[in-house]
Amino acid sequence: MGFLHDIGKYILMISSMFTRPENLSMYAKETMRQVYQIGIGSVLIIAIVSTFVGAVTAVQFSYQLLDIGLIPMWWMGIIVRDSLILEMAPTICALLLAGKVGSNIASELGSMRVTEQIDALEIMGVNTTAYLIGPKIMGGLIIVPFLIVMAVALGIIGGGVAGVLGDFFSIADYIRGLQDGHEAFYIVIMLIKCYVFAFIITSIACYQGFYVKGGALEIGNASTRAVVNSSIVIIIANFLIAFLLL
Amino acid sequence: MIEVRNIKKRFGTQEILMGISTQFQKGKCNLIIGSSGAGKTVFLKCLVGLFNPEDGDILYDNRPIGSMGVKEKKKLRNEMGMLFQGNALFDSLTVEQNVRFPLDMFSEMSMEEKTERVNFCLSRVNLENANDKYPGEISGGMMKRVGIARAIVMNPKYLFCDEPNSGLDPKTALVIDELIKEITIEYNITTVINTHDMNSVMGIGDKVTFLHQGYKHWEGSKEQVMEESENKELYEFIFASDFLKKLREAALQNK
Repeated sequence: MGFLHDIGKYILMISSMFTRPENLSMYAKETMRQVYQIGIGSVLIIAIVSTFVGAVTAVQFSYQLLDIGLIPMWWMGIIVRDSLILEMAPTICALLLAGKVGSNIASELGSMRVTEQIDALEIMGVNTTAYLIGPKIMGGLIIVPFLIVMAVALGIIGGGVAGVLGDFFSIADYIRGLQDGHEAFYIVIMLIKCYVFAFIITSIACYQGFYVKGGALEIGNASTRAVVNSSIVIIIANFLIAFLLL
Repeated sequence: MIEVRNIKKRFGTQEILMGISTQFQKGKCNLIIGSSGAGKTVFLKCLVGLFNPEDGDILYDNRPIGSMGVKEKKKLRNEMGMLFQGNALFDSLTVEQNVRFPLDMFSEMSMEEKTERVNFCLSRVNLENANDKYPGEISGGMMKRVGIARAIVMNPKYLFCDEPNSGLDPKTALVIDELIKEITIEYNITTVINTHDMNSVMGIGDKVTFLHQGYKHWEGSKEQVMEESENKELYEFIFASDFLKKLREAALQNK
């Protein structure tokens, strides 16, 4: 029952956002603040992690395929590229962002609830779900795809550098693989994942933070729930997208 | 004027407000007092529309809030200002941005006009040269002043204050009380104050409403509070300390 109650409340929260903004420029300003906060604040961690994910993908596949010896090493470019585009970059970045951005959003909204800042906005006549939650979701939808595209690029670079340094393949082989058999549909799947994951991360974190009751302890709990719940939903959504589209 | 008609509120099976009716007059400081758990905060939150009462209605200058549409409620909320117990200032905004926020959101003023209005409100609460400071950088008394400035920046018809003196030293508390009183008279606002502070009751209580266990138990002026001795609950609440009991006796003897 608790689960169904949460689902219903979550849907009501999302639907209550769709009203005419009191002042469009304030909403736009808040959305850009969220883009900056989510995007710029996450660039470094996404860059580091995606570079090393690309590197480890190249090294591990090369090591295992060398043992088999049936596959030409220029295929490594294809393997690294496609695994990053289809799976590694969107999913790992989304899980990282669920931890970093999700906990940040939940604790920010939770603190605002506990210190009556949300009540203050309501008394002023502001639609609090639209003003506080809308720009966060919109900010996520704008910036997360950029972060994931950046992660793919850095992962491919990381894979190439690691493979060449480890003497698994030459840079010419790697580039040949990257250029071979490119499927534009994989990019479409990646972008679908980007938008779905961005929505999941921001909206679940907003839900957890917005309805906090109590004090500091509950803010911490809401933050944890935001990360755990959005991570689970991301994994399930990832499977469903792959299952339905591939 | 705000008229409250028989409002009832419960959470689950627990009844918090059990049919409260009263009136709050324009240009006066209307105080709601009562011990912890009496229902003061729930009552105030029902007044401002944060909670919906199960029964009864609240009329703002003969406009019943219960039958208002979304647009009318929004318009009414633009006529309200509220000072919160914990100030509820936005941490990420400066003092000036906090006070300017309602203007940014709802007014058509130019930036110069807004700045002028903000500076006027800040000077009205005797808080100058703090425009660029963040809430975390100013004292509790200054935060209350910023809260009052933000509450009056839209020229409200109704001002609500939840425990305006909590966490303040007695001297600053008196200053805040005086400020609320002055603003109420100056702008002819209907002010409703939720308080525990007996200094506020004696100082600015034009009308005092005593809540006890979800009921309106007593109502009168600050002068009547001093003379009241038949209402046991009110007497025990107001004159809880020996000091206040002696003060009351001395006041009655002098009379």
